[in-house]
Amino acid sequence: MLTRLTALAFCLLLATGAPAIQAAAADDAAVIHALNRLSYGPRPGDVERVKAMGLQKWIEAQLAPSRIDNRALEAKLQRLETLTLDSETIQREFSGPAMIERRQRKLDDDGNGEPGTGNREMPAGSRLPAPGSRQASEVLERGRQVMSDLEEAKLLRAVYSERQLEEVLVDFWFNHFNVFAGKGATRNYVGEYEREAIRPYVLGNFRDMLGATAKSPAMLFYLDNWLSSKAGEASEAGEPRDASARRRRRASPASPASPERRSSGINENYARELLELHTLGVDGGYTQQDIVNVAKAFTGWTIQPRQGSGFMFVAGRHDRGEKVVLGQAIMAGGVDEGERVLDIVAAQPSTARHIATKLARRFVSDMPPQALVDRAAAKFTATKGDLRAVLKVILMSPEFSSADTYRVKVKTPLEFVASALRASAADVRTASPLARTLRDMGMPLYLCQPPTGYDETATTWVSAGALVSRMNFAVDLSKNAVRGVRLPLPEEQTMALKIGAPEFQRQ
Amino acid sequence: MANCTPDHHDHALEPECSSRRLFLRQGAMALVTLGFAPSFVSRIAAESAGRRKRLIVVFQRGAVDGLNMVVPFGEADYYRARPNISIARPGGADGAIDLNGFFGLHPRMSSLKPLWDRGELAVVHATGSHDTTRSHFDAQDYMESATPGVKSTKDGWLNRYLSGTGNREPGTGNPLRGVAVTKQMPRSLQGAAPALAIGSTEDFTVADMSARTSFEEIYAAAQSDKALRGTAGEAFDAMKTLANKTAGQYRPANGASYPRSPFGQAMQEIARLATSDVGLEIAFAESTQWDHHVNEGAATGQIANRLDDFSRGITALAGDLGDRMADTVILTMSEFGRAVAENGSRGTDHGHGNAMFVIGGSVKGGQVYGKWPGLAVNDRYEGRDLAVTTDFRDVFGEVVMTHLGASAATANKVFPGYSIDPRKFRGVLRS
Repeated sequence: MLTRLTALAFCLLLATGAPAIQAAAADDAAVIHALNRLSYGPRPGDVERVKAMGLQKWIEAQLAPSRIDNRALEAKLQRLETLTLDSETIQREFSGPAMIERRQRKLDDDGNGEPGTGNREMPAGSRLPAPGSRQASEVLERGRQVMSDLEEAKLLRAVYSERQLEEVLVDFWFNHFNVFAGKGATRNYVGEYEREAIRPYVLGNFRDMLGATAKSPAMLFYLDNWLSSKAGEASEAGEPRDASARRRRRASPASPASPERRSSGINENYARELLELHTLGVDGGYTQQDIVNVAKAFTGWTIQPRQGSGFMFVAGRHDRGEKVVLGQAIMAGGVDEGERVLDIVAAQPSTARHIATKLARRFVSDMPPQALVDRAAAKFTATKGDLRAVLKVILMSPEFSSADTYRVKVKTPLEFVASALRASAADVRTASPLARTLRDMGMPLYLCQPPTGYDETATTWVSAGALVSRMNFAVDLSKNAVRGVRLPLPEEQTMALKIGAPEFQRQ
Repeated sequence: MANCTPDHHDHALEPECSSRRLFLRQGAMALVTLGFAPSFVSRIAAESAGRRKRLIVVFQRGAVDGLNMVVPFGEADYYRARPNISIARPGGADGAIDLNGFFGLHPRMSSLKPLWDRGELAVVHATGSHDTTRSHFDAQDYMESATPGVKSTKDGWLNRYLSGTGNREPGTGNPLRGVAVTKQMPRSLQGAAPALAIGSTEDFTVADMSARTSFEEIYAAAQSDKALRGTAGEAFDAMKTLANKTAGQYRPANGASYPRSPFGQAMQEIARLATSDVGLEIAFAESTQWDHHVNEGAATGQIANRLDDFSRGITALAGDLGDRMADTVILTMSEFGRAVAENGSRGTDHGHGNAMFVIGGSVKGGQVYGKWPGLAVNDRYEGRDLAVTTDFRDVFGEVVMTHLGASAATANKVFPGYSIDPRKFRGVLRS
């Protein structure tokens, strides 16, 4: 047990500057800073390893993740059965049967957890286990596995991936193009979404990622575009025929009654968020009429009905009227109209500024210097959205390594928990209890409800309740009292005080 | 359009009332200052001086079926639309509890009837958001941010009230002014003002005393990190306040008996905080599992059990608070109502307008407020749902201004993009 005297000595050290900074040479601070921002925090020995390699070389290596050996992580992910499955298989073999079983048991999820999934008819020919039977419990368990595999994978990658910058960026871009797994069928699509629409592009081209998200069932469902059709279209052509798709249609806010009574017309939800959140930014210079026209351009972009997954364009639902978006005429066409809109918005200067600002906010400070944002935005425009090039401008900038940026960012709960596990060299055997910790800290993984994603800035994450949770997590972790996690050398309060200290809340 | 509300308030508050209202409020403040001078830390005392009013918000997540909660038994269309899940007219054992000859409470809500009879419980019916969404998550978001249709609003209406009225020095706010008895900070309380979300008062502590002492010293010494130092100071203050003021086993007063459900326990936690002079002004709790698409039930069944829990929790809280209800308003809400007609699975799908309860000593209770739009198909919203005739922000706004005493300027900050106008208030509260 730590005496009060020792604690006082410890805090005096902190007050006069953390031991790491004071004792270490200036280049140590630069290495720690880079590890804090480009990774989920240093593990024991990381500072020395990066120094031996050279900081610039390490950053370059992180910017080319495919060349980094990641087999140790991949071995840990092996056991997560649903991780590599496509959405259709997940719906058919995991989520769907569990939904039917829950309904059989009348265990309606509360509205907050899984909105709009109460009233479901069953797919024809489904074999139902008797409610409450052992088989039925297994069905429910398999249903829960979809989310728990996602959470587990996310945490394991954050802690163990050697491609740390890639994981930080996947988190950043998923959050930028946020979807909420709690909205009906979205959870069936989330794994595929992150794997196929986000991850391949985080160091690639922005327009490519934008296009992949626009066509992903996760985004089409989450922001309701799959229902959007030209006005007065009763829609036979695009009507999903199988029961599971009908169920989703019923679950949808825009079609609460039944497919026959569904009010047709455009749904502006995706169009608005595309402009406000994904590209131009809220002050990016668009009008309500732009939103309407963008929504019209995307009419007919929907989800394949039979499989209940996959992109499909239904010409019969598409509004073929004339459209002007941000002053540019869109030629009447089909699926190409949406693509043209994406070309237009991705090329806007306000999009370059918006993306540059968000990246600089993540990697530099909550209020990033304007000069840096301008240079990053200029690179975005010059390279037509080459995200690696934009990131390089930020990471190689004097602003990034300026002394005022050292530990000015407050960690999000995910960054806090992952960095604590890394700093303590923890062995994570099962990550579900950690996912629950994050839920309690207000950052449930894949369950951020609004399309804005989680906020990146300190105001959101600094609160009395949050600090108390972090202190308790630090104490529990150091006592080996977090289920599923083992520390190699439980150090009792030394580790607790390190992880619970103010300095560790920052990066 | 039938107007079946016996005392239907659509009028402006008479201007001649305002000076009298002001006089009464100052009089009440003087009494509060004399009689209930808080003895705890001066910061809390300073903050709560003159603002001893308290608001307890209950969110029914999942969209409660307002038509089976406050039943329009005077509408033939109600019975036509719900052959299997309607609540019978008053009279029999399973019948609605008559309120005013037209509306009745669900039979399992009988515990609330004495509050109605004493004039401390009012209903606002056909209220909600004019936004068209029938998505739970959007509608909850809109109601809690109080900015329907605007998703980018970062903070909630209750937090904006706290930041608009509290101490503006960073790190000096009392986080116990606004407490949600929920695991996560609800959208309603998110924002810049200090607020707590605690599962229970017992959870809000660092149990390891040695670590706690060390943490307190480390944070107090972190001069260079004002934000974290200030917040930690708040946390440890709140912890001490809670330990001093809420220690020991809680014993409800006046024979109040809380359901042993999560909701009942949350109600009890709120009572514990409200009766322990920790500076609580805004409390938040949620009641869940209202999304009855299938086998909703009627006088018995799913909704009956949920309404029983909901009513008994609120009744226990009101009883436990006793005289303190004079300064307290309990306001209930749900993201939207449910369709008028039952669906093919003896449940109800997502709808539009809904009912809210307003309970407290300053409530002009015993009345159902709002303009009743009727349930004939042509009177329904989009031909299927109860229409909204009272914007929910006019109910929230009345509570913020008339009960909590916020100025018009503050109220307009609490409801950005909406013009708060007391002439639109339903007159549920006495000023």
